[in-house]
Parts: sequence; structure tokens; C-alpha cells
Amino acid sequence: MKFLKSPFFWIVIAVSLLYAVYPKLGNNITLRETLVLSAIYVILATNLNLMIGYTGYVNFGSIVFFGLGGYLTLWLIGGYGWNLYAAVLFAGVVTSLLTLALGFGILRLRGAYFALATIGVNEAVKDFVSNFDKWGGSEGIFLPFSTYKSMGGAVHALWTVYFLIIGVMALSLLLSWFIKRSKFGLGLFAIREDEDAAIVLGVKAPVYKAIAYSVSAFLPAVAGGLYFFKNGSIVPEEAFNLHLSIESIVMVMLGGQGTVTGPWVGAFLYERLRGLLLTTPSLSNFHLVIAGVLLLLIILFAPGGLMGWLYKRWARVRGVLE
Amino acid sequence: MKKGWLLLLLVGILGIAQAQTVKIGLTVSKTGKYNVESVNQLNGIKLWQQWINGQGGIPVGGKKYKVELKYYDDESKAERVQQLYSRLISQDKVDFLISPYSSGLTAKAAIISEQYGKVMVATGAASDSIFKLGYENVYQIYTPASRYLTSTVDMLKAADPSLKKIAVVYEDSKFAKAVATSAREYAKKAGFDVVLFEGYPKSTTDFGPIINKIKASGAQALVGGGHYADGATFARQLFEQKVPLKMIALLVAPASDEFAELGDAAFGVVAPSQWEPLVKYQQTCGPSPAQFTEMYQKAYGKVPAYRAAGGFAAGLILQKAMMEAGSIDSAKVRAALDKMDLTIFFGKIKFSTDPKSHGLQLGHEMVQIQWQKKDGKLVKEIVWPTNAKTSDLIYPIR
Amino acid sequence: MLQIFSSVMDGLLIGLVYGLAAIGLTLIFGVMDVVNLAHGSIIALGMFFLYLFFGAGLHPYLSLVPVAILGFFFGVIVYLIAVKRIISGPPLMSLLSTFSVSMIIIGIGTALWSTSPYNINFKVETYNILGYTVTSARLIAAVAAVLVTFGLYFFLYRTVLGKAVRAVANNREAAELMGIPSQQILAISFGIGTMLAMLSGALIATLFPFTILSGGVYELKSFVASVLGGLGNPTGALLGGIILGLIEGSVAPFIQISWTNVIEFVIFVLILLFFPTGLFGGRK
Repeated sequence: MKFLKSPFFWIVIAVSLLYAVYPKLGNNITLRETLVLSAIYVILATNLNLMIGYTGYVNFGSIVFFGLGGYLTLWLIGGYGWNLYAAVLFAGVVTSLLTLALGFGILRLRGAYFALATIGVNEAVKDFVSNFDKWGGSEGIFLPFSTYKSMGGAVHALWTVYFLIIGVMALSLLLSWFIKRSKFGLGLFAIREDEDAAIVLGVKAPVYKAIAYSVSAFLPAVAGGLYFFKNGSIVPEEAFNLHLSIESIVMVMLGGQGTVTGPWVGAFLYERLRGLLLTTPSLSNFHLVIAGVLLLLIILFAPGGLMGWLYKRWARVRGVLE
Repeated sequence: MKKGWLLLLLVGILGIAQAQTVKIGLTVSKTGKYNVESVNQLNGIKLWQQWINGQGGIPVGGKKYKVELKYYDDESKAERVQQLYSRLISQDKVDFLISPYSSGLTAKAAIISEQYGKVMVATGAASDSIFKLGYENVYQIYTPASRYLTSTVDMLKAADPSLKKIAVVYEDSKFAKAVATSAREYAKKAGFDVVLFEGYPKSTTDFGPIINKIKASGAQALVGGGHYADGATFARQLFEQKVPLKMIALLVAPASDEFAELGDAAFGVVAPSQWEPLVKYQQTCGPSPAQFTEMYQKAYGKVPAYRAAGGFAAGLILQKAMMEAGSIDSAKVRAALDKMDLTIFFGKIKFSTDPKSHGLQLGHEMVQIQWQKKDGKLVKEIVWPTNAKTSDLIYPIR
Repeated sequence: MLQIFSSVMDGLLIGLVYGLAAIGLTLIFGVMDVVNLAHGSIIALGMFFLYLFFGAGLHPYLSLVPVAILGFFFGVIVYLIAVKRIISGPPLMSLLSTFSVSMIIIGIGTALWSTSPYNINFKVETYNILGYTVTSARLIAAVAAVLVTFGLYFFLYRTVLGKAVRAVANNREAAELMGIPSQQILAISFGIGTMLAMLSGALIATLFPFTILSGGVYELKSFVASVLGGLGNPTGALLGGIILGLIEGSVAPFIQISWTNVIEFVIFVLILLFFPTGLFGGRK
């Protein structure tokens, strides 16, 4: 139980509790809906970081996990009357296993080739689902309103889903933290620095990579299930929106790849920034331009992101915020 | 008796003095892919607000309520819709809701409105499936997708009883697929032979492969399409490839005025439309079609598209329901909407009260327009139904 | 039979234009190992540049010349601002920096032209050859794509500058030792790649309507075509484009059209997995 002594563990717990309790206290639905989006971003960015930051493999199509999780969940609930918990867990496990199998194949590719392949996988899955009549094809899946009634009414159901999403967010952060401190994590970092050298030193690179890939799929798939359940419907272009996958990379870069806090802070800031740009009338036309310039500046001048900059200025921060 | 009158007068005076308001909330896609359609719809809603406030407000139970609109930009994105509708209900405390533009966004908003039992009038949303999920507070203004092309089929049958082979080619999107599927069933029942039934992906710009298929199928008429961009491209390439079709009916695109930019490729193309400025409905309340068109032109300097008319109609229906209910209480207004059966400038309005399809539009009908030439210029004419037409259908076109 | 012939011909003609777009992408990758994620937005920009010249009264085919010149300089500027600094870094950096360029282009484009569709309206002839119908615009676009490709090969193999580009692509350090100014060559290569992308965009604009977001589709097609042909290999990319066009044309008679994309992307992933250097060998 060594982790109980670490300040970082308690920071994650405290912030997640704050996320969960604060909107509930004031019964503030608007805040809740904003925080849901923010939490989803944190989940996507944190898990993506396992590949980009830890292993050094640029996954451009990570959103496929989120979409697949959403589809499996809504299909099981809508078509077979599963309950939400069973459905999201099942969706997470299935997505993870599929990713593991896929990983052994496409992780043989390196650098830009891997990045292109992940885009290809996402687009192939999207187009397949658009044609797959069992999942409603291009019409998608719509949940009947009675689904929420069986969970104690829609108001209650949506609060439950909210707490679950916050829970998944906390789990993502903790998972990321545990992996970073584990021997497994060390192996991943070795692959990132120099894959061939890591193999020589005895790291089973193909297995390590595939496991990291598969683990990075699990929580986003669960989050996808919860998110689309909350929405009540799912269609292919919302589920497999390549743009959101690239935005997740931006969040990871903004905060600092390879750290645990970085993607978290990056996702939070990105959501705030987007909200601000969109609601300020004079800027809303240029939100994409501003986000683009910001990203370019980070890459050119601060490739370590916010955390990289913090570590450089105050080395002691590294002890508290991993 | 005398006392009663006095009391009523007093209430009346107080009512005016207090200047009651009723708040109506919605989101508008000011940016993103629905920008044009959604802003058109908003223009219609705003015009209704000006119109009714110009008369002192909505007379409800002896008082007059001024209309206050509250709206935000949803960027045409689903993830913003739920956030903003929650805000409208819980923070802005609106009394009624109007839907965002498009079936996809409306479905997301409906979950929130149902959650809080707020009445939402859906305009710009033609999907059937949203109304088959067991919602109790959502009411549809548009003719639903399942009846979008059925009168086109009727018209074709009337124009040429000998024609048998038709092709149904649609954009692979929620709306167009639903329309096409019902059109195929309806055409089969009407005795047509559907020789080709096929979807094309949303981003399609090259219709070459599909046009080759239409030619090979031997189809004599085509119904289908999807939204604006694909429909316009499809029509243009059908013309360039000289496909021998006697009638071409496409969704959405030909109903917009921009369609005339296609020049000769636009000639003869038929489209179902929710509403046209020249329709001749005998309204039982609100402005006549001509009065609405005139008001709109004065306010915005252009002829209203059907989406703008739909926006005005949504407001008018809410207003009528409040007046009938004599209250702005949600439950009473819902009861009034359930009972509603009337004709306004937009057409007939009647909602389904069957719990399996509650809120689905039953009364409203599509009109058919065709691009024809008048003095060498392309004009939109109404060609169906026969009692509303402004010109005869040109058939065959090639 | 006629249907199959028509499908194959249509596929071939459009495939040549896809091929031209893919050459732009693959050339940049071949010379400097950068996958240009701004490719799609640059294609879209080519469409709008054509639209501007056309709007100013120039014939669409004449407008190709200023579009090409603008494209070249635009590419050089993008290189100097966004690529030069990170060219030796890990692939993630160049992917993201070119992606941010794409965000900036699309952002400005949306502000200028919104996301509604635009058209180049000019007189198009329709020819009928033994029952096969084809428009002049499609024929000219395909011929133009072939001519530009020939021009590129002439440049690469018959001019000093072109030979320097190939030398830098082969081995940057060795080329520098030979006294070739590699930074300038890299900038020029990026400029040429961008020029080709813009030209293909401009040709597509003469065929189909477009929005500022249209580039995305052609970017994905360029990826597929250049991977089919082997990333870094311009001839391969052209052939890859033709194969792509032929797949689109020739599978249509037998399956629902909407499955074509699924087939394309599955082939794409399979080729990457089993023939990572493409069907015709990797870079030259």
C-alpha cells in the first residue's frame, strides 16, 4: 500500500471527488454537462498518452476505441436489454481484445507508417459500420426512452452516468500513474527511447507494445459506452470522428507527453480554451486558426508541453506531479 | 354581473401593467454544417416573435404574454446540444423549447426536454424514428421522412401510368435513407418495379459509378438524393451524362433557390418541399401564406425558404397551444397540442397521440415543385397537389 | 459490357487525377520523411485559388498556371515556418506541425468562404463514343494530370536542380558533403509537392463542386494511393491513383456503392501490413 503515501494519488482522488460532488451540490446541470465533456477529453488524452508518450507510437485513430465501445454498449442495451454496467464492461473487454489482436499486426509498423495505419483502421471501421445494418447502418442506433426509466428515470440515470464517467476519469489517471511506476512502464519507456536497443536488453517489445495498445483501448471504450448512453443515440460520424482523435493528440502535447499530469491538464485547458473561443463572438470565426497557431508554437518552441516547461523551471514539481 | 366585468377589467389592466413574458429557448447552428438552414429557421422564429409582440403578446387566460427568445450557438455539434439545452432549462428557466435544426441534433435535445418534462416543438427535423422512442413532450412540425417522397410517386403514376421501372438512389445518411426506404415500399405497392435501390456515401462528388449503374438498370425515372451539395452535383452529372430519365425527383437540393445556378441541368428536376411561398392554404389562424411571405421579405429582403416558414410555424403552434390551454403550464399546453387539428399558412397540423408514435406529424403534406422555364429564365413552379399547383408538370423531361 | 467499359474508363480518368494528388504527398515524404497532414487542406486551397482566378475572368485551364506558381511559393513558406525547425525530430513532430498548418488553412478558409459548396461554372462538352458518355472536363483533367507528371519527371531526371532533389532524397548528409545546399533543396521539394497538390485540387474543382473541407476526402485517397505505390515513389503513386480509380469504377456494378470506401481502407491497411513498401517497391 505504498501508493497511499504518495501525494499524487490523493490529488487524483480529491480532484475527482470535487468533479463529482460540486455540480451535485448545487444541482447544476449546466456545469455537469460541461464537466462531462472535460472528463471525456481527460480520459481520451490520458489513455492515448500510454501510446504516444510512454511507448512512442503515434496513434492517430485512437477514437475508434471510443466509438466501438459506444456502439457495442448501445447495441447490447437497445437490442438485447442488457443493463448498463454489464454492457459497458463487455464493450470495454471486447474492444480491448480486438485491439490486442490488431496490435500484434500493425505495431510492426513504425513511425509515420503506424500513424497512417491507425487512420486507415478508423476510417475502415467507420465505413463498415455505416454499412452494417445490424447496427443501424448510417442511421445509427437510438435508445428508447424507457431504457432510462428502468434506471430510476432519466434524471437519476444521467446523474449515475455522470458519476461513472468521473470514476472512469479517475481510473484512467491512476492507471497511467501505476504503469509509469511499474516495471512494465519502464519497458515501454525503453521502447520509446530506442526500440532495437530495448529488444537487445531483453524487453519483449512486440508483446509490451500490443499490451500497451490494448490497455489504452479499454477505458476509452467504457467511456464511449457511457457517453453515447447519455446521448441516447449513436451514428457513425459522431462515433468515429477522426478530428476528435487528433484533438486528443493536441491535448497530450499541450500538457506534456509522457507525464501523467500533462494530458490531464492539457485536456482540461483545451476544453476551456475551445469553450472560450467559441462563446466569444469576435473570436468564434477564428477558433480553428487560434488553436492551430497555438499547437504550432508548442511544437516548434515547447515540445515538452506545459509540464516540460514546469519541470525545467521548478525541478521539485516533478516529485509531486508525475 | 357588473362586479364580474369590473374584476375582468381590473385583471386586464393589471395584466398589461405587469407585462408578463413567456421564455422560449433553443439552440441555433450559427457555425458548422447546418449554418445556412439553421439561421434561416431562426429568422422565421424571430419574425414570429416580432409579429406577436407587435400585437402586445400572446393572449393567454385574459393576460398578454410577451415572447422572449433565448438561444445559443450549438456549432452543428451533438456534444454541445445537450449542454446548452440543460442550460436553457435549469439556468435560464425557459418555459418552452424549440428544437435545433436537423433530426440528429433534435434527438439529442429531446432526451433533455423529456428529462424535465418540457414541451419541445421540433422544426427542421423530419425523422420518424425520434418519435418512436416513447417521448411525451416532443411535437413535429414537418412532414416526416416516411411521407417525403410518397406524393412524388403518386404524381408520377398520375403523369404516366405506363411507366414501370424506377430507380431509388439516396445519400447514405439517416434522413435520406429513411425517406428512400419508405419510397421504395410505397412505389412497390403502387405497382412500380424498383430496378435499383442504392445508397451513395455522404462525401460523394463523383457520381460516375452510380450513373453507370442507373443506365445499366434501364430505369425510366429516378427518385432519391440527400442534401444540398450532393443533390446539386448529382443533378449536374445526370445532365452531363445525358441519362435518359423521364423524371428526376431529388430531395432538398432543388427546393433551394441556389439550385438555379446549375442552369440547364436544373431544368425539369422535381423536388418535394415542405412549403413554398405560392401555396394556397386556407389558414384558420395566423397570417396567410402571402402575408407571411410579404412580412418576411420586408424584414429580411428575400423570399422565405421553407425552413424559415417552419420556424415561424413552430412559434405559431406554440402560441396557439398556449391560447387554447389558457395557461403556460407545460401539462396543459401538452394537452392542447395533443388535441390540435388546424390549418395555418404552413399547412395542416395534427399530431399523433398514439403512445408508440406520440408527437409525429400526421396532418402536414409535401408539395412538389419543378424547375421550369419562363421567358428563358428558370423558375420554381408548384406542380402537385393539383389543387395547389401553379403550373402543369413537364413530362417527360428528356 | 458497356457498363463495365464505362466504369473502367471513368475510373482510369479520375484515377489519374487522384494519382497527381498522391504524387504531391509522396514526393515530400520521399525527400524528407514528412507525412504532410496539411495535404488535404492544400488541395482545397488549390480549388479556391482556381475559383478566385476564374472569378477574376480567367479561363479555368489558364488559371492553372498562376495556381501552380502560388502553390510553389505557398509550399516554400509553409516549409520555412512549420517544417524546417523540426525536420530532424521524431515523426510525431512533423505530423503535428503540418496538422496545425491544416487547422490554420481551414480556419481562415472557413472565415473567408464558409463551408458551403462552390462551383466552377464553365462550358463543358459531352461526347458520346459508342455509347460511352464522357465530358470534356474529365478528359482534360486526366490529360493535364499526365502532362504535369511528365513535367515532374523531366525536372527530376533532366535538370541539375532535379538531380539535386534526388540526391537529397537518397542521402541528405552525403548530398551536403557533395556541396548541395540541402535546406534550399528541401524547401524547393516541399514547394513542388504543394504545387502538385494544389494543381490536383484545381483540376478536381473543374469537375466537382467543393468546400473548404473537401480536401479531407482527397487527402485520404492520396494516402491510399501513395501507400499502394510505395511511400516515396512518384511513379508508384500515379499507378496507385489509377488502381484506386479503377477499384471505384469497377467494383460498382457488383456491390452497393457505399461499400467501396470499406474496400479501399481495408486494402490500405492490408498493404501497409504485408507490403509496407507498396506494390511497386519503396522510395527511389
